[in-house]
Amino acid sequence: MSAVVAQAPPGVNAGAISIREVGKSYGEGKGRVVALERCSFEIAPGEFRVIVGPSGCGKTTLLGAIAGFHPITEGEIRLDGELLCGPGVPQARPGGDRVVVFQHSTLFPWMTVLDNVTYGPVVQGRMTRDEARERARDQLAAAGLVGYEDLYPGELSSGVARRVEIVRALVNEPRVLLLDEPFRGMDSITKSVMQQGLLELYDRSRVTVFFITHDIEEAVFLGSRVSVMSTRPGRVQATIDVDIPRPREVGVLTSPCFRELVGQVSELVRDEARRAFEAGERELA
Amino acid sequence: MTAPPSEATVAPGHGLRDIAPAGRSAPARDVAETEWTRGRELRWRLRRWILSPQAPLMVLGFALVLGFWYLAVDVFELPRFRALPGPTEVIREWTSRDPAYGTSIFTSSYYTDIWMSLRRVAIAFCFALALGVPLGLAMGASARFRHYSFPVLELLRPIPILAWVPLAILMFQTDEAPVVFLTFLAAFFATTLNALLGVQSIDENLVRAARCLGAPPWRVFRTVIVPGALPYIFTGLQVAVGVSWFSLVAGEMIAGQHGLGYLINSSYTTTRYPTIVIAMITLGIVGFLSSAAVRAVGNRLMAYRTRGGGR
Repeated sequence: MSAVVAQAPPGVNAGAISIREVGKSYGEGKGRVVALERCSFEIAPGEFRVIVGPSGCGKTTLLGAIAGFHPITEGEIRLDGELLCGPGVPQARPGGDRVVVFQHSTLFPWMTVLDNVTYGPVVQGRMTRDEARERARDQLAAAGLVGYEDLYPGELSSGVARRVEIVRALVNEPRVLLLDEPFRGMDSITKSVMQQGLLELYDRSRVTVFFITHDIEEAVFLGSRVSVMSTRPGRVQATIDVDIPRPREVGVLTSPCFRELVGQVSELVRDEARRAFEAGERELA
Repeated sequence: MTAPPSEATVAPGHGLRDIAPAGRSAPARDVAETEWTRGRELRWRLRRWILSPQAPLMVLGFALVLGFWYLAVDVFELPRFRALPGPTEVIREWTSRDPAYGTSIFTSSYYTDIWMSLRRVAIAFCFALALGVPLGLAMGASARFRHYSFPVLELLRPIPILAWVPLAILMFQTDEAPVVFLTFLAAFFATTLNALLGVQSIDENLVRAARCLGAPPWRVFRTVIVPGALPYIFTGLQVAVGVSWFSLVAGEMIAGQHGLGYLINSSYTTTRYPTIVIAMITLGIVGFLSSAAVRAVGNRLMAYRTRGGGR
């Protein structure tokens, strides 16, 4: 626990997320599927929390519930103590304080990079177009994205598009940044550049991050804490502190401490995956 | 004008590196850029087209069809073709200062007919655009609205336009309105359906992204739903122009005064056969041009698609 606090103070807007006894099921009767059940955990302001777990463990469902894409059926989710969703309010309202970066690009293809990045501040009415543009240029520059402002997303490489999308999210100064396997499907070289870039942006903003991945090395490299989720019921099974100081460089990847943590998490995930697989087999039988 | 900005050199599908630094003042840059780009782009495209294998093949295609027509009618007088007007007769009539059958590029009635047809298509198309696009967008955006409007639309759509003719004549007492109505009807269905499909084609996560970036629902509609549906809307409009001309001619042959369809029908009943072919070819040309105009507007509005090399 102390590891998080010791590293750096949280960003100004960084919010605390509290997930309590959250349940979510689809359908009714025999076809009822329980995606989440009594899932509880807390994320401190400015923490980089990574969620790993086998497919179908409800990670994305949980992210969607925080973002306000769908309702939950039990429990409550709070952001800085304010109720996002819970009894009486099944579904959170999507808003600029909880911005999502999806697995596949959701940059608006008909807007230039600059218009994409200014979209949030402008539609929220927080800034005039000119102010937003100035800010967007600064942020793009800080992320090493100069010269792309007037291009359309279709003209960008997937890596650049990804970085633009993360900047588009951060420019809103969200209280929490939600990332749903943002680097999935990238080749390992691009992926490592992306991770490094994300860490730089994180180190600068110290926003609270909720990051979903399948990749255990990625989880340990990025996260302040790594939570392993289980399937049926979908809930957090174990949380591991990553006591590796920031800023983290790629050199970390070969350190014995890193390898040991990866081993620990792998073990936990493997157990969960096996359990999920066996449960699936039983259900089919 | 200052030195050409380097953006202009970016051929579609090419690169990030050619982009000029964002230092110059925006308005001045935009003006210079558009003028310069447009001139160069046009020349570049024309040159590319002439040098491509497309151009000679196109000429060859026309030559083959014309040659066949000429041989079949004028030279060999094949059965079935014998009664038709041949290309020499049609071209002579079309370009004659004193046409034997009363219609050529030098007679004003020719342009009255073209104008009347164009006007009818334009009015019908505008109505189809103004009603069909909002209706289709609304049907796509609201499941509730779709549930009661879509079945009605799907039931009315397969009714052939010609089947509407009697009702159209009963509904509108004038000569002009039934023809425009029939033309509108065909265009309307194509427009509405494609606008609806356009909304349904939008990646749900784009809408989610807009919502979580803080956009209120109407803003999502304006900035995500409408531009997201635009490619389909323009496909619909292209189809709409095509079917407009189709039902226009059908309408003009049955009801109405003037117009190219009327010209074909009245020339038939008065045995002015070369005039029929003149009217047909004219229909082909104006139909093609109106379609090209819609496509050009679409490409302009969706510049990101050509520039991005398509997605």
